[in-house]
Amino acid sequence: MIYDVLIIGAGVTGVMTARYLSGKTCSVAVCEAGCDVAMGATRANSAIVHAGYDAKPGTLKARLNVRGNKLMKEIAKELGVECKAVGSHVVGFGEEDAKHLKELYERGIANGVPDLRIIGQDELRAMEPNISAEATMSLWAPSAAITCPYGLTIAAAECAATNGVDFYLNFKVTDSSHAGGIYYITNGQQTIAARYVVNCAGVHSAEVAEILGEHDFPIYIQPRRGEYIVMDKTCGKMANSTLFVVPSSKGKGILVSPTVDGNLLIGPNAYAIDDADDTQTTQPGLSEITEGALRLMPCVDTRNAITSFSGVRPTPNIYDFYIKNSEQLPGVVHAVGVESPGFASGPATAEYIAELLTDAGLQFTDKDNFIPTRRADGNPKLFRDMTDEEKNAAIRENPSYGKIICRCETVTEGDILNALNSPIPAVTLDMQKSRNRSGMGRCQGGFCSPRVVAIIAEHENYGLENVTKRGGGSWLVVPKNTKGGDKE
Amino acid sequence: MHKKLIVIGGGPAGLAAAVSAVENGLSPEDICILERDSEPGGILNQCIHAGFGLHRFGEELTGPEYAGRYIEMAKAAGLTITVNAMVLSLTDDKKVTYVSPETGYVTCSADAVILAMGCRERTRGALNIPGSRPAGIFTAGTAQRYVNMEGYMPGKRVVILGSGDIGLIMARRMTLEGAKVLCVCELMPYSGGLARNIVQCLEDFDIPLYLSHTVTAIGGKDRVESVTVAQVDENRRPIPGTEVTYDCDTLLLSVGLIPENELTRGAGVAIDRMTNGAFVNQNRETEIDGIYACGNVLHVHDLVDFVSEEAAIAGRAAAEKILGKTAPAVHSVSVRTGFGVRYTIPERIDIPAEPAEEVRLFFRVTDIYKKVRLTITDGNGNVLVKKAKSAVAPGEMESLSLSVESLKALADAKCETITVALEEM
Repeated sequence: MIYDVLIIGAGVTGVMTARYLSGKTCSVAVCEAGCDVAMGATRANSAIVHAGYDAKPGTLKARLNVRGNKLMKEIAKELGVECKAVGSHVVGFGEEDAKHLKELYERGIANGVPDLRIIGQDELRAMEPNISAEATMSLWAPSAAITCPYGLTIAAAECAATNGVDFYLNFKVTDSSHAGGIYYITNGQQTIAARYVVNCAGVHSAEVAEILGEHDFPIYIQPRRGEYIVMDKTCGKMANSTLFVVPSSKGKGILVSPTVDGNLLIGPNAYAIDDADDTQTTQPGLSEITEGALRLMPCVDTRNAITSFSGVRPTPNIYDFYIKNSEQLPGVVHAVGVESPGFASGPATAEYIAELLTDAGLQFTDKDNFIPTRRADGNPKLFRDMTDEEKNAAIRENPSYGKIICRCETVTEGDILNALNSPIPAVTLDMQKSRNRSGMGRCQGGFCSPRVVAIIAEHENYGLENVTKRGGGSWLVVPKNTKGGDKE
Repeated sequence: MHKKLIVIGGGPAGLAAAVSAVENGLSPEDICILERDSEPGGILNQCIHAGFGLHRFGEELTGPEYAGRYIEMAKAAGLTITVNAMVLSLTDDKKVTYVSPETGYVTCSADAVILAMGCRERTRGALNIPGSRPAGIFTAGTAQRYVNMEGYMPGKRVVILGSGDIGLIMARRMTLEGAKVLCVCELMPYSGGLARNIVQCLEDFDIPLYLSHTVTAIGGKDRVESVTVAQVDENRRPIPGTEVTYDCDTLLLSVGLIPENELTRGAGVAIDRMTNGAFVNQNRETEIDGIYACGNVLHVHDLVDFVSEEAAIAGRAAAEKILGKTAPAVHSVSVRTGFGVRYTIPERIDIPAEPAEEVRLFFRVTDIYKKVRLTITDGNGNVLVKKAKSAVAPGEMESLSLSVESLKALADAKCETITVALEEM
């Protein structure tokens, strides 16, 4: 089969593009090096749909961010994913910051950000009672929203798959050839053929450009790591909206934000690293973000931390996103250097990529049978989100919904089986976790992970040793040596 | 639906509480035991090592055997245990909502509720161990489940952080199953586990225990490939230059247990920051009338035998309350912690007009002390009870009893507080 379009990379940009094109009359495939969609910068970030005041007016970033902010809320609604416009404050401390806030305000107005306002200390205090006493003012952007970035991306990917997009997971592009107007993209074992190729490979997008055959590709990606700490839900109400400090050349600085799941998120710092896949956290880094968060909110107590993580952002050597038709390779579109606000921009970036594909010669019209939801029959609900009546009906119909597997997050066996039976089957522990939060609560999988592993193994009809945390070499258990005595 | 008594949890605490309620006059039909797992017995079911029951039954049993004794006693008492039933919420007016494949989503009210949900293990996140997040990091209890229940090994070369009892037990278990346990490191200058476990699980197998050590780095992207351990100073900060990196595939964490009190908090029951369990009186009744707590959900015990003992107190008190046999309190005394004492159970003593029995106060010390006197003092500085000990340690529970006469005296003198403390001799 020859696809019309192959998208390389299943982060927010690739997936939103796949979903957009799945509503059009063209055949689409997505290949992804990871074992799941949303495995790179889309998974680990601040979980913010930025309002759009940050980017310089006239840039692609500014335009796509503001439009993406609006579209993201609509798409979240269609997919039944929570996206809450809690708003954001850029918090100023004294006169020096006042000047910067004014600049940001003016940028925001030029970019078309709605309802932007600079507010004084009293109003800020009234809105955020836990804010530092030293905070004097803020830039208030009510259109900023919080969501679950990977949850939304997974939902969009399921929707794309429901509408006929083929997903090739664990497919790391190693080589490519071009003949007769067709690109042959391979991972060394399997080859996908397509007339048009979209490169959305995030931190690896510059490498992928070279694999596709670009010479002297103008963009260089500097992976930049940011660390975060997730606090227990008992802290989730300490902030009502996302709190930023005044941005610096290094990025938007350390923020404090509620999450849609009811936790409190603090971070990130920003450090250039060599290995784009190195998502470790460090002691100095975690101390740094704790101090940063304390500056905004002195009552943050890291004894309530439940986990830490880090994400790697694809920072390019230019100020803006690089989203262009290739000058050397006909039919190739690059979406490279899509760092913050890449998530918020996602749906608008998808539209823009589709325009570029049209410019390159791809022809399509709207499908009349596009399904905007995750499955043909709508958006499946998790047990914990059901009403009491729905819970009882679900258990009557399928008793596995009455069996709680993850105690902390109230995930039932039914939820886990549902994720296994989805258009993108959740066959690893982390895939399950990102679909239903099993193992994400305060015990961090202590009780449920052996049970989830056993359910996956039984469903897939293999032994527990075949279940991984997140594909590759991330094995969890090995069979007992029945002979015993494997001692050195 | 309505029951006189709902017991949340069918582990050692819940079973002992229900059995005691029947022994004290409550009819078994009026009691509902809700167990979230498919079998009663709780965490004992995966504790296949011996050492349980020495105090309670005077013999050495395995975890499943100990649980089996109580399951038999529950059956003999005529109790039924509802399994696969997970309680989702509890209200202050004692409405319990639970879910199970058989019953669906059910709300049941009760005259009294006994909380016996047990505890969970602290995780990596709570410690903020930096590093990457590969597969191969397990809490000791999770590893125990894989090995003892599922028949799989969580790895072959193992470093254990924390010398809690489960970690010590797993060091031995993994070794017996063919793994190599490279070391156990403990942040504190002393072990949090029982002395007998240090000897039987580590020393007998030549597994080194490094006190005042912690994990400073975890290597490996997909799976753990190395763990770096460093010595810590008196402020528990790693000392640069002392790092040793172990080539291993597994890190087990045995860094403490946390009472699982989400339901308790949801009902608005006041929680003691030191125990992470409810504030209770000597009947193990919380600050909400008719809600009791016992076992590891109240405070973390070192021996199941003491869990059973505590649960029997709660079960009896709940039965007496339901049957209208509880003598009203005429005076309340709050129990304070003094030098060297981390927490006490109970935190409050409600004294009736005619106290009929002594009250035993359980407590944990803050550090290792040699040659001390354990004391209970009243508000005026009078020593009510004293006991000399050659050594005390945070890992082992201590207790002192207040006699009926002392209780009467406290009530007569309208004494508001008493203090449990150590005195160095």
